[in-house]
Amino acid sequence: MLSFDFDYYRPKTLQEAVGLFQNADRNGKKPMYISGATELLTLGRINLAFTEAAIDLKDIVEGNVMQFEQGYLVIGANLTLTKIEEANLFPLLTNTSSNIADHTARGKITLGGNICGQIFYREAVLPFLLADSQVVIVGPEGVTVKPLNEIFNEQLILKKGEFLIQVATDDRYIHAPFISIKRRQQWETGYPLITVAALKIDGEVRTAFSGLCPFPFRSKKMEAALNNHELSVKARIQSALAEVPSPILNDVEGSSEYRLFVLQNLLEDVLGAFD
Amino acid sequence: MKLHTINLNINDQVRTVTVRTGDTLLYTIREKLGLTGAKPGCLNGDCGACTINVDGWPMKSCLMMAVEGQGKQIKTIEGLGNTLIQQAFVEHFAFQCGYCTPGFIMNCHSLILKKPDADDSTIKEWLESNICRCTSYIEIETAVKSALEKNKHHSN
Ligand SMILES: Cc1cc2nc3c(=O)[nH]c(=O)nc-3n(C[C@H](O)[C@H](O)[C@H](O)COP(=O)(O)OP(=O)(O)OC[C@H]3O[C@@H](n4cnc5c(N)ncnc54)[C@H](O)[C@@H]3O)c2cc1C
Ligand code: FES
Ligand code: FES
Repeated sequence: MLSFDFDYYRPKTLQEAVGLFQNADRNGKKPMYISGATELLTLGRINLAFTEAAIDLKDIVEGNVMQFEQGYLVIGANLTLTKIEEANLFPLLTNTSSNIADHTARGKITLGGNICGQIFYREAVLPFLLADSQVVIVGPEGVTVKPLNEIFNEQLILKKGEFLIQVATDDRYIHAPFISIKRRQQWETGYPLITVAALKIDGEVRTAFSGLCPFPFRSKKMEAALNNHELSVKARIQSALAEVPSPILNDVEGSSEYRLFVLQNLLEDVLGAFD
Repeated sequence: MKLHTINLNINDQVRTVTVRTGDTLLYTIREKLGLTGAKPGCLNGDCGACTINVDGWPMKSCLMMAVEGQGKQIKTIEGLGNTLIQQAFVEHFAFQCGYCTPGFIMNCHSLILKKPDADDSTIKEWLESNICRCTSYIEIETAVKSALEKNKHHSN
């Protein structure tokens, strides 16, 4: 239960959602788009999230699609992670997503909420970073399609009033060989110590990480090191480790030294899987 | 205070209730509708004690606002009547203090409904959503497997 009150809206169209946001913003209500609403409830309960106008996107049809269109797999941002896993149209996404939270919670957490959430793990974005996916963004300026890797820098960079409605992924990445590994401090549900997702395309390995730094990322420098076939596997991994962005997380899940140790082993597993 | 009067379809009955937008479904069903089977634990989506069914799927009712429940078919433990999974929990002593039991049963009930042929890894994946502080895990596993087995015979 939240200690604050807010207006609750269920727009049916993209335009209606943007209009509601702008109107609430003009009235100083700190509007928030929501889809699964789990972060609003869990962070709101401890005063880390606040709004006076929640605009719930889940009835907007464009956000509930999951289909192949002209060589692209289009996935709506309102879909719950469970729905995406049940359909299993993008196996790397299924694999990564099915390790987020737990099965019941994934029946409420949405793709859009995970990618745009304040909680910084955002693990569902990893497959899309690897697959150079396109994101469909809606806002006061209308509908725009942008390469995810251009507007994802630690988080999805959205302008005021914008929201994510779809992610589109080129079919050739959907069927590329992949591996996804989640290491936790303990147990088999919950936040990662480190999650790595990797796929191989055009003979090159791509890697993206969550839990290593206080943001998910894909690093071209790490990938260049891992794909340098003039070096031994060990040397490739060492040079990739030198390119890990900072800061490396150092928290109750694990120290930064321990994370680097685990990362080294994970990279061995990743390269081994594609040999 | 922002109050909304809404209709919730709970246990095959339409219940009219006045809620704040910030009220969770857990709070509403317990405090406003007197259905105290779903238990408050972590209130953070971690423990599963508050699990109910929404449109047949398991749902942590602390992760859902009451206003989101409109138009959904909601089932709480009070809405089950001596189902196979309830019988199996009794037969296999799948509880000690019992606090986690309604949540586990509602999760297992959905599992039997949605995945009647669940294999071991599916059972594990679904049941990992709930925590039992008394560690009745082995008995719970035995109970769910026996209910799945009986369900197969019933539906054949
Ligand atoms: C029990 C539990 C375990 C968890 N474990 C993990 C884990 O292992 N790994 C992990 O990565 N995360 C984990 N999380 C975090 C979870 O994925 C995020 O909190 C996520 O934001 C929840 O999604 P939601 O759809 O409920 O979001 P909401 O509460 O609806 O929204 C969250 C935020 O995203 C914004 N938002 C939502 N949809 C959109 C959109 N379409 N466009 C733009 N902005 C939008 C909202 O404005 C809000 O700021 C866990 C959460 C819980 C409750
Ligand atoms: S009280 Fe809902 S999951 Fe713990
Ligand atoms: S029986 Fe006591 S918590 Fe499960």
